[in-house]
Amino acid sequence: MAQQPKKKQDVDTTGHEWDGIQEYNNPLPRWWLWIFYATIVWGIWYTIAYPAWPGIKNATAGYLGFSTRGQVAEEIAEFEAKLEPINAKLVAADLNEIRGNDELESYAVNAGAAVYRTWCAQCHGSGAAGAVGYPNLQDDAWLWGGSMEEIHYTVSHGIRNEEDPDAHWSQMPAFGADELLTEEEVQQVVNYVMSLSPVNPPVDASLVEAGAEVYEINCAACHGENAMGDKFQGAPNLSDAIWLYGGDYDSIYETVWNSRFGVMPPMGGAELTEAEIRAVTTYVHQLGGGQAPE
Amino acid sequence: MAILDKHTILEKNITLLSIFAFLVVTIGGIVQIAPLFWLENTIEDVEGMRPYTPLELAGRDIYIREGCYVCHSQMVRPMRDEVERYGHYSLAAESQYDHPFQWGSKRTGPDLARLGGRYSDEWHVDHLRDPQSVVPESVMPKYGFLENRLIDGEHIEDLLRTHALVGVPYDEDMNGEPSMDRIENARADFLAQADPDSDYDGLLERYGENVNVRNFDGQPGISEADALIAYLQMLGTLVDFSTFTPDESR
Repeated sequence: MAQQPKKKQDVDTTGHEWDGIQEYNNPLPRWWLWIFYATIVWGIWYTIAYPAWPGIKNATAGYLGFSTRGQVAEEIAEFEAKLEPINAKLVAADLNEIRGNDELESYAVNAGAAVYRTWCAQCHGSGAAGAVGYPNLQDDAWLWGGSMEEIHYTVSHGIRNEEDPDAHWSQMPAFGADELLTEEEVQQVVNYVMSLSPVNPPVDASLVEAGAEVYEINCAACHGENAMGDKFQGAPNLSDAIWLYGGDYDSIYETVWNSRFGVMPPMGGAELTEAEIRAVTTYVHQLGGGQAPE
Repeated sequence: MAILDKHTILEKNITLLSIFAFLVVTIGGIVQIAPLFWLENTIEDVEGMRPYTPLELAGRDIYIREGCYVCHSQMVRPMRDEVERYGHYSLAAESQYDHPFQWGSKRTGPDLARLGGRYSDEWHVDHLRDPQSVVPESVMPKYGFLENRLIDGEHIEDLLRTHALVGVPYDEDMNGEPSMDRIENARADFLAQADPDSDYDGLLERYGENVNVRNFDGQPGISEADALIAYLQMLGTLVDFSTFTPDESR
């Protein structure tokens, strides 16, 4: 056991001597020694309290019953329980009444923003401004409708995906690649479509008139005679300044020739809960372009 | 304490000290490491796991070659914030066929362990070509060149053999019976997976129904982008977590 340090002249040396230098053999300080013993005791307790000792088939589980899996499940359950009352209200509410209900709206917009950043931002952008091929959610142009119910449906089932049989589905023909139109006709109709939109003037104005005829026969069924589009087929409005794949000649030519096939995965089912879908629907609806139910 | 005095023998003989020090370290190592190989609660068998298909394996090699792991980890840790962001935490079994594994803690980009199916193939093509076009705040470099590098799977059979050598069951069939089918058909499976018009029944027979067969990059021919996207689209999708019950003592 440790002893009190003695005065210099009483202390033994270790008996080593190098070049006339000797080393005192002082005992270790008490405080140090006791902490050392305490850590040993703590170490033994730890292996009993937590999973540690290996056996034949399993390791000891420890009397505290700790596991990282249990801990994360507990934590998730704790937050689910906290959110349960408001989530239940959100799910029970009429979709069209969420906005306007202060309590639900402020919760849904905040929770929805978190869902949006995790699940939607990678395509639609962190500010929801979209990108080429990925629609802007800030404006009031909606391919598949912009009411709460329509956004809710789109988020739940997605667009043109194979996972969800209820996904929105439509497919524009590849007018050029599938030889439905000749190259000349495609050039005409592209010029006509450019004349509809305020973004770029037609490249060759002399083709516009012929293009109108091609449009009427081939495009009007989905995009409408007035080119206002049709949200039931996801056919975009061609008369506004918004171009998902670009409004210049080459981009529109490519669209008519090969068509486009934008896909959105379904968020319902395994990915998001109904409360989360309603929250993100509310968030998207309030970004700027949300529409009232018809 | 006579036995402690004997310690001077060790301390004064460097060869003896080395031998005994080595013995002590060896015993310590065995006690810590060896049980992990037999304890049932460290080797969890999970339903749904299968080895990578040849195309996915080629994509995985491209992933490693391009150093994707420098910025992306593939391990969702069991913490609430990670589970809420990425999905179910990773299981050890999910990297059982990984040589080398792609865990990590360096996340300049997001974790990719649950990437599969989350985005469309078109998104992956756009994103590889120009990451900033879809995620403006991203610092990821462009990988559009992968689309122009065609691969023909010439050495894919050797790659499977190599993985079989280190324990990936390419020398077994879906039921765990010894069979060289996977290795012998490596090239055929490699070509079939990127071509939805091919006869890919054999591929599904050898690797199960949970295999994506698509033209991943949307362009003719099999490019490195096809292989990489095939790999990315299956990450974390093999285990069906709606039917998985975690054993809490693991």
